[in-house]
Order: sequence, then C-alpha cells, then structure tokens
Amino acid sequence: MPAAVSILPSRQLAALNEAYRAAVSRRRLRTLLAVMACVAVLFVAAIGAEVNLATFIAKIGNFVSYFDRIFTLDSGQRVWTDPGEWFWGWKKWLLLLGETLLISYVGTVVGALLAFCLNFLAAENTSPSRWVRFAVKRFMEFCRTVPDIVFALIFVIAFGLGPMAGVLAIAVHCVGALGKLYGEIVENIDMKPVEGIRSTGAGWIDCMRFAVLPQVVAGFASYTLLRFEINVRGASVMGFVGAGGIGQELVVAVRKFYYSDVSAILLMIIITVFVIDIATGWLRGRLFGREVRS
Amino acid sequence: MSRQPDVNVEELRGRYPGVFERPLASRARGPSILVAALALLIFGLHELDFSPARMWHGLRELGWISMMMIPPHPGSSFPAYLHAMGETLSIALLGTTLAALMALPVSLLAARNVIPSVWLRFPVRRSLDTIRGIDTLIWALVWINVVGLGPFAGVLAIAVSDFGAFSKLFSEAIEGADRKQVEGIRASGGSALHEIRFGLLPQVLPVIAGQVLYFIESNTRSATIIGIVGAGGIGLQLAEQIRVLEWQKVSFLILMILVAVAAIDWISSRIRFAIIGRRAVA
Repeated sequence: MPAAVSILPSRQLAALNEAYRAAVSRRRLRTLLAVMACVAVLFVAAIGAEVNLATFIAKIGNFVSYFDRIFTLDSGQRVWTDPGEWFWGWKKWLLLLGETLLISYVGTVVGALLAFCLNFLAAENTSPSRWVRFAVKRFMEFCRTVPDIVFALIFVIAFGLGPMAGVLAIAVHCVGALGKLYGEIVENIDMKPVEGIRSTGAGWIDCMRFAVLPQVVAGFASYTLLRFEINVRGASVMGFVGAGGIGQELVVAVRKFYYSDVSAILLMIIITVFVIDIATGWLRGRLFGREVRS
Repeated sequence: MSRQPDVNVEELRGRYPGVFERPLASRARGPSILVAALALLIFGLHELDFSPARMWHGLRELGWISMMMIPPHPGSSFPAYLHAMGETLSIALLGTTLAALMALPVSLLAARNVIPSVWLRFPVRRSLDTIRGIDTLIWALVWINVVGLGPFAGVLAIAVSDFGAFSKLFSEAIEGADRKQVEGIRASGGSALHEIRFGLLPQVLPVIAGQVLYFIESNTRSATIIGIVGAGGIGLQLAEQIRVLEWQKVSFLILMILVAVAAIDWISSRIRFAIIGRRAVA
C-alpha cells in the first residue's frame, strides 16, 4: 500500500514543529496562569470560610457515625428491624407532610396567578408602556433574588407564626421566578394573531385573551408544575423558621438528637419529593403530549 | 358550478358523532380540573388558617415594617457585615468547587456511554437523586452536628447538595457528547482512560465550566440563607437582626445581598461568555 502521507523536507518540518510547540506552550502557559489564579482565589476563600482540614479529618468519622446513629433505635437495634417503633409518629408526620404539600400548592397557585397577571406587563412585545414594564421587571427581580426563607422570616413576624407566613413567602418568591419565565414565553410568541385581533378593533385585554393566551398556556402550565416541584422542597424547610410544615419537626429532632426520628422524617420527605417529581413529570408529559397530538 | 350532493345531516351525525359533538367527558375535563384546583385552593386557604382579618392585620404590620426599613442603615456594624458577606462568597465559591471536583469522576460512572452496565449505573443515579432530594438547609443542619457551627459547615453543606446536582448535569453533558472523537481515539489505539481524557473531556469541559459558573451564581443565593441555621455567612446576621427587629439593618443587609448577587451574576456571565462563546448561550 503506498504511503498516503507525504513527509515534508526536514527544514520545513522543523519550522512547523517549532511553531506548533510555541502555540502549545503559549496555551499551556495561559491555562497554568488561569489555574493558578483560581487556586489563589480558592485559597483566599478557604481562609474566609474558616476551612480547617484538621477539624474536618478529626470529625469526618462523626459524619459516617451520624448516619449510623440515625439508623439506630434507642434500644440499640437497627431501625428497619422495628418499623413500628421507627415511624412511631407517622400520623403526626403525615399530617405535617400534607400541610407542607398544601403550603407549596397554595403558594404556587397564588404566586402563579399574580405572575400571570403581571407577566403581560413585563414582556417586551405586549407591555402597554415602557415605564410599566421597567417597574414590573424590577419588582419581579427583587422577589426572586431575595430567598424565600428570608421572606418567611419577615412574614413570620408580620403575620405570626404558622403556615400562612410560609405560603406568602413561597407565593412572593414564585411571582418573581414564574413572572420571568412566563414573560420569556410571551416574548417568543408569534405576533400575527395579535395583529389580527387588534385589526378587528379589540382592546389590550382582548388581544391578550384571544391571541396571546392560546399560544402560551401549555408552556405556562409546564413551568408552573416545575415550580411546584421546587416549592415542595422549599416548603419542607419553611418550618426551620417557624413558617409551618414538616421542617419544624425535623429541626427539633436534629437539635434534640432524636436520631431515629431524623431518619424517619428525612425518609418521608425524600419519598414525598420523589413522588411529586414523578407525578409532575408524568403530568408534564401528558400536557405536552396533548399539544403534539392536536 | 357543481352542486354539492344533498347530505343528510342527521345520518352523518349518527355515523360520526365525534365530529359533530365532542364527547361529554372531554368537554367536561377542562372545567372540572379548574373546579378541582379551585376547591383545593380554598380548602388549603381554610386549612392553613388564612382569614381576611389576619391578612389585613398582617399587611398593616408589613407596611409598618417597610416604613421602618427606610432608610437602610448599617449602624456601627458595617465592617462585621462586610466580613460576613466575604464569608458568604467564600462559602459559595468553595462549596461549588468542591462539589464539581467530587462530581466529575462520579458523573462518569452515571453516564450511559461510559458505563454501559445498567447494574452499576442505576444505584449511582438513585443515590444521587436521594442527595438532591434533601435541601441544602437540611444538609447544613447535619454538617453542623459534625464539624460544629460556622462557615465550614456551610461549605460542606453546599458541596454535598450540589454534588448530587452536578453529577446529574455532568453525566447528561457526557451522554450528549459526540461518539466520533471517542471512536477516533480508540481507532488509533487509545485505552479507555485515553478515550475519556482526549475524546470526552475536551467536548464536555466547556459545558461543565459553564454549569459550574452558573451554580456559583445560584449558590451565592443559597449561601446567604444557610446562616439562618447557624452555618455562617450573612444569613446569620440577617436572621439575628430580623429577630431583634432592627429593621434598618435588615433592609441594609438585604440590599447588600442584592448587590452581591448582581455583581456575581455579572462577573460569572462575563467569564461564561469568555469560555463557551456567545453563540453557545444564544
């Protein structure tokens, strides 16, 4: 078989090799500098965060043994040998889990309704005026940048302890997050139906209702379900600040070292989150499936 | 002009009922879902102790709190807040980096095109899902039990909870990589490790870098709150000031968080564009 690659004369080859080495070494140098800069930043960060490897190494055993302890009953046996004892408080916990789900549901619905009303004002192509758009967008940015648990802390003081504060905190955060996503969907619609409706002499609200809404409703539903999933996780920790749900029980169990309770509650939370993930995934599939079929 | 043949509408209606009239079940579906959702909402509002009186009272209280927040003022603790903010940023940066470093090898184990065996991949994926199912705040509580109060617990909490998310995202990036480069390496006699190093990594590293930067952004937000349970950073200051009703300091801290998050957003999106190029984002 004849050689397919022709060998260049050695002088030309040397020059090419030289250029190649220079290029590679320049790239390596740049990578090295970038890595060194990263390491330096991380080093400063490690000092800032009081990272202490000695503590970590000394205490890492605790981490493993913590999981050992939370799976051990008071009697010294493994938790799964006596599920009745492990889940002794299942009635109370199930009720609280239900409350958690209800908090995230009501919070998501209220937030989604508000976001729904606001997003048409915030989207570039449907907003009635630039100033309204600017104000609404800044408001939403504020709502989603402040973490929901910070809202919960403040609402607990304003509205009193209890799930109401949690619902409102989730709703406010939801307005910001969903309003942005909704607005992006609205900005991507086809504007021809809107022009069609407007040419018949319809007002702004009619344009939104008959031209924009039919195009965006599936996307809205999908994002809302996704948000509900996220909010279930969020609601499970609302109890940490006294805003209702299962979090309260969990934080008490962790702080008071009721080890087997910790694992029982955690397990229930994880299973709930799984079930909600799968259920909303299935629902989303059905929604999009219907869209494709029609 | 040709005339339409006479049609017997009644007969057609009998033959194709679905065309003339949607079945009751499909017509009723939309409204019944709405009614059910509304009923659940009302039940929820009732069950969670909502009442117009409470709402009104709370809103008045909230209005009063907002008035008290103006103007934002740090008092004499500005240096302490700056320090706490630095701590928060450090937690976010270190936690994300640690998570990414741990997730890279594990994500290879969870990727279909690296590990074809479903028996190895399945347990890896399920345990990652479990880690992701637990909120960062809960991890922070656990780590406080292990290494004590302070920002180090926060770093570990963010590292562990992001480890789950990263492994999933990275393994998806790896599964989306082009087979051809890998096959090229194999054809020239490379080993399995060579395939990963020269065939896969160059394709997925820019994607991974983009995701890591995005997570640093979002972790700045998470890091602001893990202080609420005692894991260091500005959240601790914020929770304390809210509890002692120092509203001017609270609003100042919230402003600081907003500014810091915006700054990190800006920096990391600049770096992201530099790494993966504008066209990959658009």
